[in-house]
Amino acid sequence: MSTVPTSGTDTPVERKGLSPRQRAQRSRWIQYAVLVVLVLAAAFSANWGQIVSVFFKPEFIKSTFQDGVLQALVKTLEYTAGAFVIGLAGGTLLALMKLSQVGPYRWIATAYIEFFRGLPAIVVFIAFSLLPLAFPGMTIPWDPYGVVWLALGIVASAYMAEVIRAGIQAVPKGQVEAARSLGMPAGVAMRKIVLPQAFRIVLPPLTNDLILLVKDSSLVFMIGVAADGYELTGFGRDLANTYSNLTPIVVCGFCYLLITLPLGLLARRLEARTARTR
Amino acid sequence: MPLVHAVNVTKSFHHNEVLKGIDLDVDRGQVVCLLGPSGSGKTTFLRCINQLETIDGGRIWVDDELMGYADRDGKLYRLKNKEIAAQRREIGMVFQRFNLFPHKTALENIVEAPRQVKGESKKTARERAMKLLDRVGLADRCNAYPAQLSGGQQQRVAIARALAMQPKLMLFDEPTSALDPELVGEVLAVMRELALDGMTMIVVTHEMSFARDVADTVVFMDGGVVVEAGPPKDVIGNPQHSRTQAFLSRLRSEHEHP
Repeated sequence: MSTVPTSGTDTPVERKGLSPRQRAQRSRWIQYAVLVVLVLAAAFSANWGQIVSVFFKPEFIKSTFQDGVLQALVKTLEYTAGAFVIGLAGGTLLALMKLSQVGPYRWIATAYIEFFRGLPAIVVFIAFSLLPLAFPGMTIPWDPYGVVWLALGIVASAYMAEVIRAGIQAVPKGQVEAARSLGMPAGVAMRKIVLPQAFRIVLPPLTNDLILLVKDSSLVFMIGVAADGYELTGFGRDLANTYSNLTPIVVCGFCYLLITLPLGLLARRLEARTARTR
Repeated sequence: MPLVHAVNVTKSFHHNEVLKGIDLDVDRGQVVCLLGPSGSGKTTFLRCINQLETIDGGRIWVDDELMGYADRDGKLYRLKNKEIAAQRREIGMVFQRFNLFPHKTALENIVEAPRQVKGESKKTARERAMKLLDRVGLADRCNAYPAQLSGGQQQRVAIARALAMQPKLMLFDEPTSALDPELVGEVLAVMRELALDGMTMIVVTHEMSFARDVADTVVFMDGGVVVEAGPPKDVIGNPQHSRTQAFLSRLRSEHEHP
């Protein structure tokens, strides 16, 4: 070990043990070695022929594309975008209600948020699929978009409300005081001064919510949309049943990554930017 | 009646009485400096004038209008938020920490309130904003965001922003306390000019030279009461009360041996 150069100009003292840095280095090499061994063990013990034929069968990959996985991708994007808009609008309204001085507004918002945040999204979707039973003759416009947007948006707004509320409260008190001292009524101060700053603050966590929403859109098959309304998961499941093979679902899974990875990158960028400007 | 007429103003925060009956009259065109140790209630009193704090007792009139309340047969009724907002339009305020809107440029900061509150046209508001920026010496920085401006520049924009509402009264809450020493002068210079132009000003400050040169009246507060008030040459030059003397000598020794 004496050949390892010690950092800086410290005199070459005869050392009994290793320096802290050398010890950290050695433990890191051990961790890498363990990881490599585990990966190799998995690779050698796996039945590669079986894996390819069950998950990555080339002809099914091809036919998944031919059957319209891209249309399903577009549907996923459409469902998510509409739900995000509804979630954002609803979430802002709920956040303002929760910060309101009017008691009943606060209670309603709290009840709504706790209820829909605590409930698994899939339960909400099942309930939604049965709504026409409860209200005979009820129709939601823009089928199937209306139902999907509403169902997803209701759940999303509960999550976003808490994020937006935190953002509003993170705007320094002096901002409201400055707005008030200029004679702005509370509503104008909120709309023009506080909310723009709050949204800037919560942009990174809000992007996170958007990623969750992309994945939650996989639950819309519970509402029972027609085949031409299938988003990625519904499309993949349907095709996997037809082929009796999982390859279409795997392809669809990778399509989700096509959406969520750039969003994750965006979230990190935004976070770095807000960290710099504060 | 004086422009500002405050009678027996009291205010408590959680059983801690911060203002114990403040009386103050400020005539039109006068500059009043509020001096006193921290915790003496100067800032709280200033914030009571434009109703950023509600008062517990007493009354404050600004330009013959009772602030924050309606007086019906001797009984006080709290005004609606909209009505209080309307009263605040007449009173400009400058804060210790500037409180510029960080998402707006210097020009947008100034234009915002006249546009939103008074419904001024974009053109009128912008023209006056540019004139005000010129007056505080920052016309060339009109498109800069607050983060791109020095503290002194931010405070000058904040003064211009308050002036854009064409107030009758300007309140300054320690406007130079958050500034680096070399930036204090430029802000005080703007305030001096404002005083020369005849603006009525109430200034909470620790800047003795400003108080001595500019103020018509100096009010020394301590422990929530007015201890001594009068022309600067009396209160600063020849203080009668022992608490005023102690405060001034402490301030002087801090100045000489920082």
